[in-house]
Amino acid sequence: MVPLDYYLILSAVIFAIGVIGVLVRRNLIVVLMSIELMLNAVNLTFIAFSRYLASMQGQVVVIFVMAVAAAEAVIGLAIVISVFRHRRTLDPQEMQLLKW
Amino acid sequence: MVATTQAVATVDLLRWMPLIPLLASLINMFFGARLGRKTAGGLACVAVLASFAIALYIFWLLPATGMFRDTVYTWIESGSFQVKLSFQVDALTAVMLLVVTGIGFLIHIYSLGYMDHDEGIVRFFVYLNLFIFFMLLLVMGDNLLVLFIGWEGVGLCSYLLIGFWYHDHANTIAGNKAFIVNRIGDFGFVLGLLLLVTELGRQGIWTLDFMELQQHVNLLSPERITLITLLLFVGAAGKSAQIPLFVWLPDAMAGPTPVSALIHAATMVTAGAYMTARLHFLFVLAPETLSLIATIGAATAFFAATVALTQTDIKRVLAYSTVSQLGYMFVAIGIGAFSAAIFHLFTHAFFKACLFLGSGSVIHALDGEQDMRKMGGLKAYLPTTYWTYVIATLAIAGAPFTAGFFSKDFILWQAYSSPRGSTELWFVGWLTAGLTAFYMFRQLFLVFHGECRADEHVKAHIHESPVVMTVPLVVLAAGSIFAGWLGAPEYLWGSLWDHWLQPIFGGAHEAAHGSPTDEINLTLLTLAIGGLGFLLAYFVYGRASKLPDRLASLAGGGPYRLLLHKYYIDEIYDVLIVRPFTYCSRWLAQVFDPGVIDGLVNAVARGARGFSLIWREVQTGNVQHYLAGFLAATLALLAYFLKQQ
Amino acid sequence: MDASVILFYVISVLLVLSSLMVVFLRNVVHCALALVVALFLIAILFVMLHAPMVGVLQVLVYAGAIMVLFLFVIMFLNPTASEPRRKLWWGFGSAAALLLAASLAALLSNGEAPADPVTATETFGSPETLAKSLFTDFVLPFEITSVLLLVAIIGAVVLAKREP
Repeated sequence: MVPLDYYLILSAVIFAIGVIGVLVRRNLIVVLMSIELMLNAVNLTFIAFSRYLASMQGQVVVIFVMAVAAAEAVIGLAIVISVFRHRRTLDPQEMQLLKW
Repeated sequence: MVATTQAVATVDLLRWMPLIPLLASLINMFFGARLGRKTAGGLACVAVLASFAIALYIFWLLPATGMFRDTVYTWIESGSFQVKLSFQVDALTAVMLLVVTGIGFLIHIYSLGYMDHDEGIVRFFVYLNLFIFFMLLLVMGDNLLVLFIGWEGVGLCSYLLIGFWYHDHANTIAGNKAFIVNRIGDFGFVLGLLLLVTELGRQGIWTLDFMELQQHVNLLSPERITLITLLLFVGAAGKSAQIPLFVWLPDAMAGPTPVSALIHAATMVTAGAYMTARLHFLFVLAPETLSLIATIGAATAFFAATVALTQTDIKRVLAYSTVSQLGYMFVAIGIGAFSAAIFHLFTHAFFKACLFLGSGSVIHALDGEQDMRKMGGLKAYLPTTYWTYVIATLAIAGAPFTAGFFSKDFILWQAYSSPRGSTELWFVGWLTAGLTAFYMFRQLFLVFHGECRADEHVKAHIHESPVVMTVPLVVLAAGSIFAGWLGAPEYLWGSLWDHWLQPIFGGAHEAAHGSPTDEINLTLLTLAIGGLGFLLAYFVYGRASKLPDRLASLAGGGPYRLLLHKYYIDEIYDVLIVRPFTYCSRWLAQVFDPGVIDGLVNAVARGARGFSLIWREVQTGNVQHYLAGFLAATLALLAYFLKQQ
Repeated sequence: MDASVILFYVISVLLVLSSLMVVFLRNVVHCALALVVALFLIAILFVMLHAPMVGVLQVLVYAGAIMVLFLFVIMFLNPTASEPRRKLWWGFGSAAALLLAASLAALLSNGEAPADPVTATETFGSPETLAKSLFTDFVLPFEITSVLLLVAIIGAVVLAKREP
């Protein structure tokens, strides 16, 4: 039987890797993928707790998170397409109009 | 809570007394040009006549120890503190009402003739009616705030009317002077008012109502009362032209003569005396203030009378005479003889208005000439004016059985006999009575007797004034005689006046010492010095002689020049106050304000801008930088929670 | 050592590796493929945790639909520009993330989690129990989620539409 802590530490590590991607990658598509990674890390904790507390609520929440993640990915990619059309780049550091 | 000693009845009619002149003023203000000069003037006169009629009716209704009240609406309400726009009429107010509306009406009539050729006549009547409105507010208000509105309002009208002929720069300067000097007085008045309210409020009584103030005045400590009354007296001194704030009144003669008669002789300048009489319950508790008032009153009376001796402008003599007579009123107030002060106010209104209107008639006849050296011999040309002027002069000089005789003697007798009075006060008043007789007869002889010294072409047009001007003169002359009979001393037929005002000032009066014989002796002394003044004036000015010049050159002409230049008071004020003040203001405006004030403001702005220039570097616009900040904050929170565990 | 624990170790090592590949590989298509692998591994973990239905959905929705969308967009845009790298920024980001992982792990694992599942019944996590929970207690959020998805669809169409 795998202890709960194992799952939690694993999800924390996955989450941190996702954070690195969001912070340092200079390609918007990879940034979005890193966000998916972070969401999945969270999902993993939900399912682990659901299992160890013997409650279905965690699984239900994961269903909702998936729906929201799908919506987020769709909108995010649509924005990426729109931005790429205008600026011919996917580098978030090139997009600095929102200042001063 | 506390039973009122006076019966209070509500009479809705009261509000119409100020309201009618206000309405007439507004109508003339907006439609005066369309109504035409005659209609506008007529409307103004009718409005004041209506007020006068109501005043007479109220006077007739008013019981001996009663009071009418009319609350229009509650103006300010804050907790238990209430200020109502509310009017009251008691015996004191009734007297003031009759003076303001009665004499005001006569002067309105007179103005119809006097201002006939002036193109601003509609504007003139707008101001004049507005003045009546504010003056009625002043005397009828049943609390200090309504009184204060009227107080400021009459000041405004005074300013507007002094500078009525604003094309002449000197007139607007005179108006400004009156306004600014009055501001100084009003500042004291406001401070006194606020101090009174807050001090009573500290004792749990928040009120401005005269009746309630009177009930609760004993809650205040004597020192506070002294301070309050001193501040209030500063206001009274400003409005009633007492030392040291009298300087505006002689200059106020720049206004049209009816204005001088109405505002600067009969009504507005007496507002200070009225206010102190209205608040007599405060003043009697402050003996130090009262003795100061008496001293200042006596000094003003004497000082102004000496200046009046040498003036050559016909209206200026009357102006200083007014200051002097106001000094008498304050002597009476200072010795606690409030009813004597109000009595003198009442009689003075008649004969001084008559004198001013008479001088106006002379000026009118001589085409605007005001210099007495260019008059003389007008007796033959202006008979009605001459005879009314003689009566008024006799009245002010205190000839037996004229109004001034009774009221002035009343004051002098009180000054001598009342516990607060003294022989010195009486002596100064007595001396002033002689001076008064001298300068008034000097004026009479210079203007109406001897050779006519006017220019030839002016002389050709000299004419008696129209009926609308002479009738008010006659009425006022009659008043100058009979008004005084109401207050005859005990040894004659006794005073109706004291009886009438007894309910108001009853507690304020203190038993006088001295016998009727003393009173008669003093009266004879006063008559003697008055007669002396008359004889002197007759020998010096009544006959063709070189005496005036010789008198003028007495002691090298020094004293004469001193008096002619009014003791150089204006110049002293200029050097001591006006110039340093202007200098300071200029320095503040040209150095301090751009340097320090603007500098501070600009420094704050520059500092904010510099700081922003540094801080805006944080806003890179790079989302990942913002996310890094977000992460740092998250880590900090996590560290906090870890520490909590 | 339990067989399940060994399986967990294997999967977690693979999962961390594939996650790192998502973040550190330079080719975007490789990144996407590594992500697909990571999602599959997570689906296996879900099944191990008695959540077979959620695991199936993970494969269908994530590894299937969403990743297809990603790959489609990559193909569509075909970004060729190579990414410039800044070592300082990479170092800072990695350090901060590691710190985050450590503190999160410390915070989460300090709790007194039960060592053993109390009631791991046969039906727990089956489609039936999941559906019962979803359509009774959570029926309102479920319906609202459908609205959210509709809005997302419309938004995507509006955003990605070629301007006239």
